[in-house]
Amino acid sequence: MYSEKVMDHFQNPRNAGEMESPDGVGEVGNMKCGDIMKIFIKVEDDLISDIKFLTFGCGAAIASSSVLTEMIKGKTIEEALAVSNKDVADELGGLPAPKMHCSNLAADALHKAIDDYKNKSKST
Amino acid sequence: MTRDIYMDHGATTPLKEEVLQEMLPYLKEIHGNPSSLHRFGREPRKALEKARERVASALGAEPEEIYFTSGGTEANNLAIQGVARALASRGRHIITSAVEHHAALDAVEYLGSNGFEVTFLPVDEYGMVDPEEVSSAINDGTILVTIMTANNEVGTLQPVEEIGRICRAKGVYFHTDAVQAIGHIPFNMEQMPIDMLSLSAHKFYGPKGVGALYVRRKTRVHKLQFGGGQERKLRPGTENVAGIVGLGKAIELVTANVEEKSRNLSRLRDRLVEGLLELPDVRLNGHPTRRLPGNVNVSVFYVEGESLLLSLDMKGIAASSGSACTSGSLEPSHVLMAIGLDHQAAQGSLRFTLGEGNTEEEVDYTTEAMREVVERLRKMSSVYKK
Ligand code: FES
Repeated sequence: MYSEKVMDHFQNPRNAGEMESPDGVGEVGNMKCGDIMKIFIKVEDDLISDIKFLTFGCGAAIASSSVLTEMIKGKTIEEALAVSNKDVADELGGLPAPKMHCSNLAADALHKAIDDYKNKSKST
Repeated sequence: MTRDIYMDHGATTPLKEEVLQEMLPYLKEIHGNPSSLHRFGREPRKALEKARERVASALGAEPEEIYFTSGGTEANNLAIQGVARALASRGRHIITSAVEHHAALDAVEYLGSNGFEVTFLPVDEYGMVDPEEVSSAINDGTILVTIMTANNEVGTLQPVEEIGRICRAKGVYFHTDAVQAIGHIPFNMEQMPIDMLSLSAHKFYGPKGVGALYVRRKTRVHKLQFGGGQERKLRPGTENVAGIVGLGKAIELVTANVEEKSRNLSRLRDRLVEGLLELPDVRLNGHPTRRLPGNVNVSVFYVEGESLLLSLDMKGIAASSGSACTSGSLEPSHVLMAIGLDHQAAQGSLRFTLGEGNTEEEVDYTTEAMREVVERLRKMSSVYKK
């Protein structure tokens, strides 16, 4: 039921794991099934130089986090903010309808991580 | 090295060769309608009655107490709604448990929103119904108690004989969904206080789309659908002859030496349970001993069930899960909730149902595969704290 690309990202997730002293962290919970996604970013000169994820969730959720990190790495903050939920699902070659909400987590977590980064840089 | 390890016998089982061979003529050469009087009808009629005798003898029942249906779901519906229709003028209270299969639970719920009063009995942490609670739930208006013999998810065996005795003493019909239990537990309806029992062929190496309802003589049940006079008017519709023949053969094979087969399967089950419990942060769901011989249900903490299933599938192992992410409805399994698991434990639930053909080597391979898979998924889990 999943595309090859989803299975590839699920099997060989990119940028999975915790990040040491990130510049921004975003965590979102899935209201529907109770799963949790966390995105860590490092920012240098307005560029997202590194990004990692931790996900407790289904195959689609893990693949979405993984593909998101690939899409975002090296992008400017502004470009990253423009990435939508739909972009993530599209990048995976589509997801089955009941799994669309899992890909929404990824972009939401990223946007939260960017907010967190902005708040931190404001206060310093 | 791709493996083919099937550990989802609770979902369905492969058709046995001997069963297929008996069915084949009824799919082709012997095409008559069993209701026809001419010779084309006589042969399938004979086959039908032979199958009925086989089911009856496997259950220690009489042939005229066996009614063929399209499967377990229909058998449950026929029993529950059929008794409700037959006895509505006498009483309107039905008792069931919180862990029934949806085929029973939803039928009872439907009656509950259509003028019947229903009691859903809770279960303990192992998934067991307390017979005392059945007893005290029965009132003057109670017409039916329906409690499954063995739970399809966590494998817990219910004290059906005790419950049946209570029902009999109080003059209330007792139905049990034995879909998962046939071939694992011996039945003797002559001695067991059970008025109705549902079964389904594809759960015991028979074909899909056929099942049966045992109905003790003189039990009052109304038909649910209208049509011809088949199945002594309780279940109209031209019979699924090949399927019924397959059901008859399959139940004969699966109920031979049940005790010995169950002992062997339990040994395999316990080996898998032991292996899995050696992994950190894994718990067994259901009863440690009073459970189906092939059922293993565990919660793997900090990971989600669907991702476990996909990972196992890539290693050639077929299992299932009660996680919300696998359910389509995005609700975790009602059984896991009823035994008191928290949301996260339900998310990490995994069910292996062993059957004929599984080996010790496969069990050990599965334990090893689980070790790798769980470690890998925990490394990327947002809730895992080493
Ligand atoms: S995370 Fe639950 S369905 Fe995807």
